[in-house]
Amino acid sequence: MAKLNLLLLLVLVVCALGLVTSQHKARTLFSELEHEEQRARQLDVEFGQLQLEASTWGLLSRVDKIAREKLGMHVPDPRRVVLVTRPAGATK
Amino acid sequence: MSFAAAPALVRLPVWRARFVLVVFLGAFAVLVARSVYLQAMKTEFLQEKGEARYSRVLEVPATRGRVLDRNGEALAVSTPVKSIWMIPADVEASAETKRRLARLLGLDARELAKKLAETDHDFVYLKRQVSPDTAQKVDALGIPGVYQQPEYRRYYPGGEVAAHLIGFTGVDDAGQEGIELAYQSSLGGKPGSRRVIKDRLGRIVEDVESIRAAQDGKDLTLSIDSKIQSLAYGALSDAVASHRAKAGAIVALDVRTGEVLALANVPSYNPNNRSRLTGAQLRNRALTDSFEPGSTLKPFTIALALELGRISPTTLLQTGAGKLAIGGYTIHDAHKEDALTVAQVIEVSSNVGAAKIALELPREQMWEMFSRVGFGAPPALGFPGESAGKLRPWKTWRPIEQATMAYGHGIAVSLMQLAHAYTVFARDGELVPLTLLRADAPAHGVRVISAQTAREVRKMLELAVQPSGTGPRARIMGWRVAGKTGTAHKQENGGYAADKYVSSFVGFAPASAPRIVIAVMIDEPDVRRDYYGGLVAAPVFAQVMKGALRMLDVPHDAPLEPLEMPGEGDEAKEGT
Repeated sequence: MAKLNLLLLLVLVVCALGLVTSQHKARTLFSELEHEEQRARQLDVEFGQLQLEASTWGLLSRVDKIAREKLGMHVPDPRRVVLVTRPAGATK
Repeated sequence: MSFAAAPALVRLPVWRARFVLVVFLGAFAVLVARSVYLQAMKTEFLQEKGEARYSRVLEVPATRGRVLDRNGEALAVSTPVKSIWMIPADVEASAETKRRLARLLGLDARELAKKLAETDHDFVYLKRQVSPDTAQKVDALGIPGVYQQPEYRRYYPGGEVAAHLIGFTGVDDAGQEGIELAYQSSLGGKPGSRRVIKDRLGRIVEDVESIRAAQDGKDLTLSIDSKIQSLAYGALSDAVASHRAKAGAIVALDVRTGEVLALANVPSYNPNNRSRLTGAQLRNRALTDSFEPGSTLKPFTIALALELGRISPTTLLQTGAGKLAIGGYTIHDAHKEDALTVAQVIEVSSNVGAAKIALELPREQMWEMFSRVGFGAPPALGFPGESAGKLRPWKTWRPIEQATMAYGHGIAVSLMQLAHAYTVFARDGELVPLTLLRADAPAHGVRVISAQTAREVRKMLELAVQPSGTGPRARIMGWRVAGKTGTAHKQENGGYAADKYVSSFVGFAPASAPRIVIAVMIDEPDVRRDYYGGLVAAPVFAQVMKGALRMLDVPHDAPLEPLEMPGEGDEAKEGT
């Protein structure tokens, strides 16, 4: 009887220690998750800002102006443009 | 001390022992009562207090959805910013620190000193909505009494180009105008909250429960093509400036899908900086204002007459030298012809011809025609404040009114309604439902007139942009164009103003298989220069149509030969 009790006590101690470690692990993992989620939010914000920047730099009026004034480009005469039809089945 | 010295044992009275026992028992009973009270009766309150030591409810912010154009180009994006505020009485800083603070925030040193002097206030904004970088530098100065508050700010990279369509949000990040207001419920996020356990250092160690999940606003993809939009805005604002006009509007529609490709108004405003905004700048004329369209309405009357079999395109009409008297009023034409065919009525825009055709038609059917192409009812785009225009019930029409309605007077429509109605001619007789959101599949239309009638009207509209017509400046090299000019006197104080006009042009291209409908309206062009729709609005149409067809890779349907433009003043003038 005493032996059994001793054994049960041992099992109990092991279980208790297991609980403590798993709880600790859960908390660290959660902390990490938290961190990554925050990073995801930050990256999303950055993406928005970059999108904003891309849109600002890529404004048609700005591109048009630089192409015309700085690079000396112009819209080609339609007579010098050849339109090719996309072969059937090809995707964009 | 020795035992010998100890005094003899004295027998104490029994009551003393009992007294001690009772006192102990009593104390014990008090303790039990107290613990029962705490454990059983006050347990909830105590647990709450305990939890408050480590458990926190955190606000989870939600961001507002982005507004994108059909190609994913950003039109409106929210990004986090900081607002810097302070409690002036608590601020302690050396003159040097103050100077650096002022420089960082772009404030004048005197301005800052004035703000710092407001010691009777507990909350003074130093600067609202500064960039996170600047906020960090301000934080690094470490001035006591200066605080930061996170906020979101909406940016519109396109500026004034699409301002009327997209609208803007207020300081609380809620939509106030345009798309921002119309789609507030799906764009706006709902902030959530969750309960967490924090450790001694303030780190979150456990997520206890999510009270409300944060819902970020959904991104919205519009049907707008920002390249066509920017082209349209540029061409329109140039025309408004060169004609010294009061205002202007332009609408471009995709014929196949009913999508709005561009919608621009002049005067416009910069939605990123709205400090000096006037009502005139805010008005979305294309959607919320209606005007008497003038001759651009003639094709509808003629389509109805063709549909009813009353006339054919070659029917000859007597136009009595450009004059027609009806019940005391006289309708004039700008040109004095004695006879015109139906096709020529459209080509040279004859009021007399259109009125004569209208007078042969039943009022009820004319009303029905106007109503079925969408006049008198808002175009149902889901945009705030869409105008329904003005279409009076047919029972109240007098003959003179029926005649003037044939050429677009006594009836009012918005530019969007006008462009929408023209999809009937562009789509072989079907009216396509409009949308401001990207649609990937062609839309199903509602049949209004037969395909044959639509094609016949299309042919007449093509004639109207030939050198002998009223709108030759709408033509473009490489594509066949069809369209109609309009020049209408403006209504003023119940009558028509003699020197105020609305010049317009509505058309589509390529005429062989129409893809795009564009409607242009210029309000009050300077009469000392030009005011005919063919001279003021048609060039804007041509410029935008040319660019749009090229951007959408629409194949040519006309030979690539330079266009012959009529000499100055040689165009056919339309009656107004």
